[in-house]
Amino acid sequence: MKIQRKVKYEEELDPNFLAEIKHLSGSENLDGCIQCGTCSSSCPMSIYMDYPPRKIIAMVKNGFRDEALRSFTIWLCPSCYTCQVRCPSQIKITDVMYALKRKAIETKVFPSRFAIPVLDREMSRLIAKYGRNSELWLILGLYLKSRHFLTMIKMAPLGLKLMKTGRMSLRRESIKNKKQMKALLNALKEET
Amino acid sequence: MSGYIYYPGCSLKGNSRSYEESILPVFKEIGLPLQELDDWNCCGATAYFSVDDTMAAAICGRNLSLAEKTGKDIVAPCAGCFLTLKKSNAFLTSRQPKSDKILRALKSAGCEYHGSVKVKHPLEILIKDIGGEAIKAKVSRPLSGLKVACYYGCQLVRPYTDFDDPDYPTTLDSLMEAAGATAVDYVAKTRCCGGSLTGTIEEVGLRLNYILLKEAKRKGADCVVTICPLCQFNLEVTQNKMVKKYKDDVRMPVLYFSQLLGLALGIDKADLGFSRSIVPLKPLWEKIGNGGAR
Repeated sequence: MKIQRKVKYEEELDPNFLAEIKHLSGSENLDGCIQCGTCSSSCPMSIYMDYPPRKIIAMVKNGFRDEALRSFTIWLCPSCYTCQVRCPSQIKITDVMYALKRKAIETKVFPSRFAIPVLDREMSRLIAKYGRNSELWLILGLYLKSRHFLTMIKMAPLGLKLMKTGRMSLRRESIKNKKQMKALLNALKEET
Repeated sequence: MSGYIYYPGCSLKGNSRSYEESILPVFKEIGLPLQELDDWNCCGATAYFSVDDTMAAAICGRNLSLAEKTGKDIVAPCAGCFLTLKKSNAFLTSRQPKSDKILRALKSAGCEYHGSVKVKHPLEILIKDIGGEAIKAKVSRPLSGLKVACYYGCQLVRPYTDFDDPDYPTTLDSLMEAAGATAVDYVAKTRCCGGSLTGTIEEVGLRLNYILLKEAKRKGADCVVTICPLCQFNLEVTQNKMVKKYKDDVRMPVLYFSQLLGLALGIDKADLGFSRSIVPLKPLWEKIGNGGAR
């Protein structure tokens, strides 16, 4: 049997992580967390998470960078803001989850075939390119890029029903002034 | 700003077409005809904020700038659009280095924004600006005997909304009561439907929505009334799967509040998008008689 150390030494933690996430989330009061657990008990998704929200906040406060960024929790957060409005310390927990998602993508430690980040990135890509999202193309992109081919087939009858009732079409939606969207993207790049 | 300009967002032009088809005649009926914002772009919803928050706020800035040029405030029926535009509006006018940078980029791309636009939800306009009593006075065909479960979901009431309570909101209940219906005491009214989880991790999405319908059924509701395209979609299209998986018949119509309000205001049933429903609406017509046809 191989004996493994389960506890991290302080030097293995990242002392800058808290400041980074504070800045990225706009929740400067992050270290005011009293670990009461209101967030975890309010969260409709916590029963599916690898670490409930309270633990994620503790991990951010204490520099567990890798664990927080690689967790499934951040992707399971559906952004319902229940924890955020109930937090007695007024921590913007949902915005912290958003910040962790962006950091995970930026540092390439996110589960790249996991359906939720695939959907987020695909929708952003469509909007940056066309200015508008096209529901059917988004769904197709989601199932292809997350390798959910079977789900795609299983969902086909529903797709047909939606098409029959005029709720889904093959049309590629787009704004007229796509040039402006591109100019906006470029201008933002220049500003940074 | 005076008057409102209508921001549809992707859903009201696609999957939740019946929301657009009913909200426009309702606003016309109450004397506030809505014009669509020309060349609007998608709000980015929760997706863009998960990927790039600078760009997420910037694309909303383009919509706000387009609205500002019309001199009108935005009315956004989709709860996702409503929250995203409101959140971005607050950020863009917060005078931080990061937001000022986005305002400069918007200006150089030809969509300068000065921060004068307000973002409102139709529910806020109907209940707070016009008022339940005034709406009641316009009702010609009260929905008597209809029991509704008013479902608000998350993004309309949290975290930026100042017109209702984040945990136990009541504006939709009062609107439905003004239309003559009975709003049941629906404790799950702000419990999350899971948003896009129905498409990404189906078994999780299914359970979240089952809990919502089960509670509506338990309270004796004839239908669920929603204000959000994604909630409506999730609650409606998963019903057959729920019956199969949980061996519990929780099926019931899931409608937009504007469809029912439209009926009460005397608008023709055929003009309110009811034909787009996947779940049979027969129980509804049985309850309120003659299908609301004139």
